Amino acid sequence: MDLHELQQIARRERERRRRIRIHCCTSLGCHASNAIEIKRRLEEAVIAAGLEGEIEVAGVGCMGFCGHGPMVEIDPENILYEYVSPDDAPSIVASIHGGACTAGRGDKNHPFFARQYPIVRKNGGKIDPERIEEYIAAGGYRSLYRAINEMTPAEVIDEITRSGLRGRGGAGYPTGLKWATVAKSRGDRRFVVCNGDEGDPGAFMDRSVLESDPHLVLEGMSIAAYAVGADQGYVYVRGEYPLAIERLQKAINQAKKHSLLGSQIFDSALDFRVDIRVGAGAFVCGEETALIASIEGGRGQPRPRPPYPAESGLWGKPTLINNVETFANIASIIERGSAWYSGIGTESSRGTKVFALTGKICNTGLVEVPMGMTLREIVEGLGGGAPDGGTVKAVQTGGPSGGCIPASLFDTPVDYESLAKVGSIMGSGGMVVMDEATNMVELAKFYMEFCMDESCGKCIPCRVGTVQIYRLLEKITAGEATPADVDQLRALCQLVRDTSLCGLGQSAPNPVISTLKYFPEEYDALIKP
Amino acid sequence: METSSVSPHMRDTSASINDNRLKILEATMKRNQYRPDALIEVLHKAQELFGFLSPTLLISVARSLHLPPSRVYGVATFYHFFSLAPQGEHTCTICLGTACYVRGANNLMVAAEGAIGVSAGKTTADGTFSLASARCLGACGIAPAVIVDGVVAGNVTPRDLSARLVALLASPSKDESRT
Ligand SMILES: Cc1cc2nc3c(=O)[nH]c(=O)nc-3n(C[C@H](O)[C@H](O)[C@H](O)COP(=O)(O)O)c2cc1C
Ligand code: SF4
Ligand code: FES
Ligand code: FES
Repeated sequence: MDLHELQQIARRERERRRRIRIHCCTSLGCHASNAIEIKRRLEEAVIAAGLEGEIEVAGVGCMGFCGHGPMVEIDPENILYEYVSPDDAPSIVASIHGGACTAGRGDKNHPFFARQYPIVRKNGGKIDPERIEEYIAAGGYRSLYRAINEMTPAEVIDEITRSGLRGRGGAGYPTGLKWATVAKSRGDRRFVVCNGDEGDPGAFMDRSVLESDPHLVLEGMSIAAYAVGADQGYVYVRGEYPLAIERLQKAINQAKKHSLLGSQIFDSALDFRVDIRVGAGAFVCGEETALIASIEGGRGQPRPRPPYPAESGLWGKPTLINNVETFANIASIIERGSAWYSGIGTESSRGTKVFALTGKICNTGLVEVPMGMTLREIVEGLGGGAPDGGTVKAVQTGGPSGGCIPASLFDTPVDYESLAKVGSIMGSGGMVVMDEATNMVELAKFYMEFCMDESCGKCIPCRVGTVQIYRLLEKITAGEATPADVDQLRALCQLVRDTSLCGLGQSAPNPVISTLKYFPEEYDALIKP
Repeated sequence: METSSVSPHMRDTSASINDNRLKILEATMKRNQYRPDALIEVLHKAQELFGFLSPTLLISVARSLHLPPSRVYGVATFYHFFSLAPQGEHTCTICLGTACYVRGANNLMVAAEGAIGVSAGKTTADGTFSLASARCLGACGIAPAVIVDGVVAGNVTPRDLSARLVALLASPSKDESRT
C-alpha cells in the first residue's frame, strides 16, 4: 500500500457511488428498532422503482439522534426522517422525485445538530462502517501516511502535545505527555491499548464510535504505535457490545488485507498488529491497571501506581493506554494541525467532547460540542429540556464516579476544571438528566449499590465502606435514620474517598457528597428528629 | 449475572468426550497457542458453546492452558458475564443502568418477575426461563432497554414486556418440540 493506491481506492469508491445515497442508520439504537428490515425494504423499493442507477442504500453508523430512531437520511439532499417504519420505505424512495412521504421529517437545523462540532463523529451516520473503501474515500488513513512519511515519531508526539488534547476516558491526563513518557520508557517491546470498556451506565459514546467508524480508532492507534514505537495493540471492548466487536473485527480484517495493519505499513519500518480483547462484565476493568490484568487473562483487580502503565504495563512493558475517543481525535489533529485543534474549546480543555444525553430529556442521543459550552446549552438548547412539560432538576456527569449538578448551576461551562469545581467530573461523557420525579437520595443509593456490587474487594475501605454507606442510605430512605446517621455518612464518605486504592473507591462517595450538598432538603425530609 | 436454583431437568449441557463442542473449544485454545492470557477468551467461547461453565469444563480448560484450577475458577467467578450454573432456555435481561433506571426500569423488573415468577438472577424450576439484570447495554438512547433471547429492544413498557414474556412461556419449549 502506498499513497497512490490509497488515492485509487478513494477514486474508485467515488466513481462507484450513485448520485443519491439513502443513509439508513444500523447502529445499536436503530438496529434494535428494526433498522435492518428498513434497509432491506428501502433496497427493494429502489429496485421496484427501477432507480438502481441513480439511488443506492447504505447502512451507516449512528446519526446521534438515537431517541428519534430509526433514522434515515437522504444524501446529498440533507433530508432527515425519524421514527421510520419499514412500511415507509417505498414512499421515502418516491419522495426523492417529489412524491409524498409517510415518514416523519427530522429537522437538521435544530440546535441538536446545528450546534455540534463533529470531529470524533465526523463520519458517524455518513459512511458504511463495514467498508474500508468508504473510510478511505472520506480521507481515511491519509494521516497515518503523513505521520509515517513526513514526520518523525518525536514530531508526532510534539504535534499531539501542542494540540492540548487530554484523555477522554475521565481523568483528562494530557495525551502528548503520556505518549512522550511511553516513548522514552525502557523496554524491548511496547504496547498500545485502547480502552473501550465504557462501564459508566448511561454512556455510549465509545460504543457508537466503534460501531460507526472503527477505522478512525484503528488509524489513531497506528499513529500512536508509530509515535511510541509499539508493534502490538489491543482494543479492550465490553462484552455487552457485540455489534461493536463484530464491526471492529471486520475493520481489523480489512485493514490487514489492505496492509494498513501488519508488517511494513506504507512500506515503512512500522509493524503494528491489533487484537480485540472482550471484557466480561466488570466495571473496575475500565481502570487501567485492572484492564491490563484482564488482558493478561487474570482477575481484573487494580494495583497501586506507580509504576504507571506508561513505564510498566502489559507483561511489565511500557504500555500506552488511551480511551476510544482520545484515539478518535488523533487522525484529525495530524490532518488539520495542532493549531487548528487548540483553537477549539477553552484554555485548559481543548477540542470537543462527545456526550451521551439520556434520562428525562427530549432529545436523547449523542452530541459532540466544543469544550466550554454551558450545561444549560447542552441540556436545554441541544437536549430540548425535560419531556412532557417537566422541569429539569439536575444532571449527573461522570456516572457512579461523578456528581449531581443542580439546575441552578447550569451556567457552568463544561470543561475538566469547571466540572471539578462544582463537585463532579467530566468522566467519560455520560449525562443523565433528572426531573422532579427523581428522588435524589434514592439516586445516591442507586449509585452506591452499583459501586458496592462492582468493588473488586481488594482493599478494605472500598469493599467494606461502600456496603456501610449503602446500609446508611437504606436506613435514610426507610425513614429510620437520625441526624447522627447523616454525620456518620459524611465521615464515611470522606474516609472511603481518602483511603481507597483505585479510582472506583476514591470516587464512589461523589454522588452521595454532591446530593448531600445540593439537595440537603431531600435528606432532611427523611430524617427522624 | 449470577444464577441459582438449578433444576435437574435441563438441556443436555454435559460434555461427553466426542462432543463436537469440545473440538471447537480445543481449536480456540490451539489458535491461541494455549497461552494462559487467552483464558478469558477461552471461557467466553466455552460459555457460548455450552451455555454455562461447569466444574468439569473449567478443569479441562485449566489442564489445557496449564493453569491451576483455582486460577481458572477465580477468573470465572470474578466476571459477571460467566455463569457457573445452567441458564434457562429463554433469557430476559433487564437493564438497570442509570439511564434506564431514571426511565422506570424498576417497573420493568417488577413486571418481568410477575410474568416469569422468579426474581432477578434466578431460573425457573423447570429450566425454561432465566431472568437477569444488566448494568447498561449501551442502548441508553432508547431506554429503558431489555434483551429477550439475545435481541435488544428499546422504549419498553411494563405491559409490552409482560405480554411478550407470557407468550414465550406459553410457547412449546425447544425440548418438547424436538421429541
Ligand atoms: C473505576 C474506573 C473505571 C474506569 N473506566 C474507564 C472506561 O470505561 N473507559 C476509559 O477509557 N477509561 C476508564 N477509566 C480511566 C482509565 O483508568 C484511564 O485513565 C484511561 O483509559 C486513560 O485514557 P485517556 O488518557 O485517553 O483518558 C476508569 C477509571 C476507573 C478508576
Ligand atoms: S478501591 Fe475498590 S475497586 Fe479499587 S482496588 Fe480497592 S476494592 Fe478494588
Ligand atoms: S443508533 Fe441510529 S441514530 Fe444513534
Ligand atoms: S443504562 Fe440501560 S442501556 Fe444504558
